[in-house]
Amino acid sequence: MKRSPQPTILVLLFVAALLLAPLFLPAFYVTLLNYIGLYAIVALGLVLLTGVGGLTSFGQAAFVGLGAYTSAYLTTVHGVSPWLTLPAGLLVTGLVALSLGMVTLRLSGHFLPLGTIAWGIALYYLFGNLAALGGHTGISGIPPLQFFDIELRSGREFFYLIWAVLLVIILATRNLLDSREGRAIRALKGGTLMAEAMGVNTPRSKIVIFTVAALYASISGWLYAHLQRFVNPTPFSLTQGIEYLFMAVVGGVSHVWGAILGAGLITVLKQWLQDWLPTLLGKSGNFEMIVFGLLMIFVLHRARDGVWPFVQRLFPQRRPGACPIKAQALPRRPLPETDSVVLEVKDASKRFGGLVANDRMSFRVRAGEVMALIGPNGAGKSTMFDGISGVDPLTSGAVSFCGQRIEALPARDIARRGMSRTFQHVRLLPAMSVLENVAIGTHLRGRKSFVAAACRMDRDEEARLLQEAAAQIARCGLYEQMHEPAGSLPLGKQRIVEIARALAADPCLLLLDEPAAGLRYLEKQALGELLRRLRSEGIAILLVEHDMDFVMGLADRVVVMEFGRKLAAGLPEEIQRNPAVVEAYLGGVE
Amino acid sequence: MSGLAAAGERVVVLEVSELSVSYGKIEALHGLALKVHRGEIVTVIGPNGAGKTTLLCALMGLLPAGGEIVYLGERQGPGRSVERLVRQGMTLVPEKRELFAEMSVEDNLLLGAFDRYRAGHRDHLETMDQVFDVFPRLMERRQQLAGTLSGGERQMLAMGRALMAKPRLLLLDEPSLGLAPLIIREIFRTVAELRKTGVAILLVEQNARAALHVADYGYVLETGELSLEGPSRDLASDPRVIESYLGLGGRN
Amino acid sequence: MDLQIALLLGQDGITNGAIYALLALALVLVFAVTRVIFIPQGEFVAFGALTLAGLQAGRLPGTIWLLLALGTAIALVEGSRALRDRNFRRLPMILLVNCGVPLLLAGTLFALSPASLPLPVQVLLALMLVVPLGPMIYRLAYQPIAEASVLALLIVSVAVHVTLIGLGLLFFGAEGSRTLSFTDISFELGDILVQGQTLLVVVASLMLIVALYFFFERTIYGKALRATAMNRTGARLMGISGSLAGMLSFTLAAAIGALSGILISPITTIYYDSGFLIGLKGFVGAIIGGLASYPVAAAGAILVGLLESFSSFWASAFKEVIVFTSIIPVLVWRSLKTRHVEEE
Repeated sequence: MKRSPQPTILVLLFVAALLLAPLFLPAFYVTLLNYIGLYAIVALGLVLLTGVGGLTSFGQAAFVGLGAYTSAYLTTVHGVSPWLTLPAGLLVTGLVALSLGMVTLRLSGHFLPLGTIAWGIALYYLFGNLAALGGHTGISGIPPLQFFDIELRSGREFFYLIWAVLLVIILATRNLLDSREGRAIRALKGGTLMAEAMGVNTPRSKIVIFTVAALYASISGWLYAHLQRFVNPTPFSLTQGIEYLFMAVVGGVSHVWGAILGAGLITVLKQWLQDWLPTLLGKSGNFEMIVFGLLMIFVLHRARDGVWPFVQRLFPQRRPGACPIKAQALPRRPLPETDSVVLEVKDASKRFGGLVANDRMSFRVRAGEVMALIGPNGAGKSTMFDGISGVDPLTSGAVSFCGQRIEALPARDIARRGMSRTFQHVRLLPAMSVLENVAIGTHLRGRKSFVAAACRMDRDEEARLLQEAAAQIARCGLYEQMHEPAGSLPLGKQRIVEIARALAADPCLLLLDEPAAGLRYLEKQALGELLRRLRSEGIAILLVEHDMDFVMGLADRVVVMEFGRKLAAGLPEEIQRNPAVVEAYLGGVE
Repeated sequence: MSGLAAAGERVVVLEVSELSVSYGKIEALHGLALKVHRGEIVTVIGPNGAGKTTLLCALMGLLPAGGEIVYLGERQGPGRSVERLVRQGMTLVPEKRELFAEMSVEDNLLLGAFDRYRAGHRDHLETMDQVFDVFPRLMERRQQLAGTLSGGERQMLAMGRALMAKPRLLLLDEPSLGLAPLIIREIFRTVAELRKTGVAILLVEQNARAALHVADYGYVLETGELSLEGPSRDLASDPRVIESYLGLGGRN
Repeated sequence: MDLQIALLLGQDGITNGAIYALLALALVLVFAVTRVIFIPQGEFVAFGALTLAGLQAGRLPGTIWLLLALGTAIALVEGSRALRDRNFRRLPMILLVNCGVPLLLAGTLFALSPASLPLPVQVLLALMLVVPLGPMIYRLAYQPIAEASVLALLIVSVAVHVTLIGLGLLFFGAEGSRTLSFTDISFELGDILVQGQTLLVVVASLMLIVALYFFFERTIYGKALRATAMNRTGARLMGISGSLAGMLSFTLAAAIGALSGILISPITTIYYDSGFLIGLKGFVGAIIGGLASYPVAAAGAILVGLLESFSSFWASAFKEVIVFTSIIPVLVWRSLKTRHVEEE
């Protein structure tokens, strides 16, 4: 077997190089590396926010400014120790980010970046016009940081602090992303609806990553203030905020290491362009922005994922993880007694403007039975599913689940009560592995939160969640594909992944929207087998399906819908003989 | 326009062979072959999820497709695009109607003639009168916003808007979808009348009886492949059609 | 503050507000049709004003080089595509439109001495230099990724913005410019002195707004743009392609931007980077309208103008802080009004 260096070894080599760098490099390069480190901390926040969470901010420079100015002001005017101003700066930044996030994150995605542009400009002018903050001249005479007796006065000494902080933040970010909450965060980009249906509180996740990104920026600002020992508004302008975003995007906005790479590339390139462009153009000015802008457009057109993936190819790939380690099984939800009513839908209606998609639908589903909802295209079956699961609430009517009314609850609260669903249009996160996708289903069965994840205090629970996910994957017959990206599976198999994900939530009612579509004959048989087994365990199953062979062979009872209304209900054989149903399917003209 | 045949011979408007469409790894349509002549109504029927809408989207250039598509005697090459096909007289009435909800019925119709207007034709007012003759209901509602129309009226507007382009080939995607039987009858009567104008119609339907009643020739599409074809009269009495719809094959 | 000052401030606020309103309309239009949040809108204001100033000062405006460069780039892109599709008949047209026309314009500028031309001709020349940049930028920067997410398009917008700012500095230098007044008339209305130029700005803005209204309500191209904004697929099926709608809306946005710049440059000194803040104030107005409603956006923009002029009286140092912080209550208000929307 060919042995190649493990990624961990490469990281250790990188750290060793960092340790030695200040001893050998000239002062100019140490300063450059210091700035790269400071910028990378901010860019890392943007990786979390933009690359992972699908949100963005042009105003990170303003958050850097908040951290820097808080420390500058408190240390110079009130003589507070720099070690106390760090938490103070984090507190100020955190509060500002939290309130800004709460205001903009409820709106659709583009209002956040627009808000941050306005906010970035406002804060910049505020720094420049508040007399207490020294106006445009700024604050000087900021005390240096002190470790016991050692004062960090030179760039070489500061270097270690900056890079240590950066490495800690990288580690914490990587830990966070590889956890229960991390999966929820990764689902924000293109999977909010699915995540909500799996019980994730997506607005909360958004606010958390926005705040975390702001806190990273604030730490960078604090370091900056004590490195420079002087602050003025210029480095906290919107232009700088835009540059931070450029660093993240050019480096590779979905990759933690992309932040460092991007910060390095842009900083070095800027240095170089600032030397050359004015000579070349015969004028002085910030002409490097022309190049940066064109570079950005090029990256977004041709390499949306930045430069890091190209670098990554040079390194050996981390082998796909082995099967999750053995852990104590998760507790199961007590299932309702067989034949008891699990779901009762009464007079449920859904209107879209003038269109009635569901018209006073009523039916019941019992524990331990498979009920099929069938009907021609556009009859309103998927709308019914969305109404029951809270994804798109009903206009009127009542839905009781295990004896409790749920029609007014959001999807995530309904999921918490033990209802789990799949989607007609597959909603997986294509870049994530099958295992991770299914693990999102276990979200509500874990407790550990962001801080625990960042500090790796969640490993025990995480192992239990992953084991559960793996078990459900195996049960659905996808054990071999567990570590493949979900998007690489054929569509039919992706539907099975959706079922495994729904099962990972330990439901007592399963809503399946066209599970057999795109499956081959043998796969359909296997699916039928699985559903029969689930039924015998006492799980209630509500099924929308077009393959009539499949439905008629599996369902205990069938409800037929047409024009949003219940057309017929009964045993499969009755339905197949019902003239009204034949009419609905084949058309009744003439 | 090549291949304008002598009088009496039936002109082929659309000929498709070995057509296949894939979404990622999964093949949604496989090896389809069909033909539509001038003044002919051809229907493709089949159960839900068989790939009927995919077929029309592929023909219209909304989806990339493999195989050979010959339209008006011209083989469709890499430069194929919706805009070009519209310019060449192919028009799709989509399943979701895709109307301009906050515009009046009249403006919706007018935009149906957008491409002709752009190409220099200024006969949209006369065409609109002709459309009003076909759908008098649209005339009554001409000032109303499209979003406030009933389901049947929406379908009429979608078809009327398509006719504004004076199409040579009209692709209809489930015109009966979500409509009450009485309205379906009206829509299909209109479809039958359109045949007289010489337009070729490819009608995709789940409502097999209505479609076969109006069409000259039919194909049955089942899980991405054409399983049956023939003059629609023959298909209408073929028991296999019913089987493919209701799962009475009894494989279980 | 007495009434007279209030009236003066009001006059100032409405003048600026009228310009912000024009820009807000352009921003809403571009967003509705193409989903692009057009951050570089303000650069067209600056480019319009400074190009005119350059012509009046007898300098060759740098925008002509940009026009030539973008034209060549498009000719290369389109030309190579035509070659790939073996569509040779398109080549002469591609060259003529993208390279021939800018060259002709450059030739005209060299041949005539623009400084001695009458003002309307100078304005026309400035518009001919700046407005085509709009659709050209759309073609090169946006059209290749027209289907990308709003977020990706927004980042492209910011990239285009910084590029144009850099080019603005290169073309026009760091000094600001004013253009010649269109009119020197002024008259007294009650207690206050009304400048003819101020009145001209308001009247011209109003006329532009009315013209836009007619364009959208009465012409088939205007309706086609509205249709694209309402239903992209539906519009495509009518032969209204995304690129046509994109080019058209960017042309309008560039024209509105350049005209705004030309209108205000006799009263305000314009620097290469002035456009950004002006454009952003239009944005605050557009956001008040939720990037969707034209009348609310226009009214919001006038409000921004008034807020700005009154805050410059009360707390002039904090003028920008107040204007841009006002977006927060607006966003709060909007977030209470809208239900959470899922985007895919």
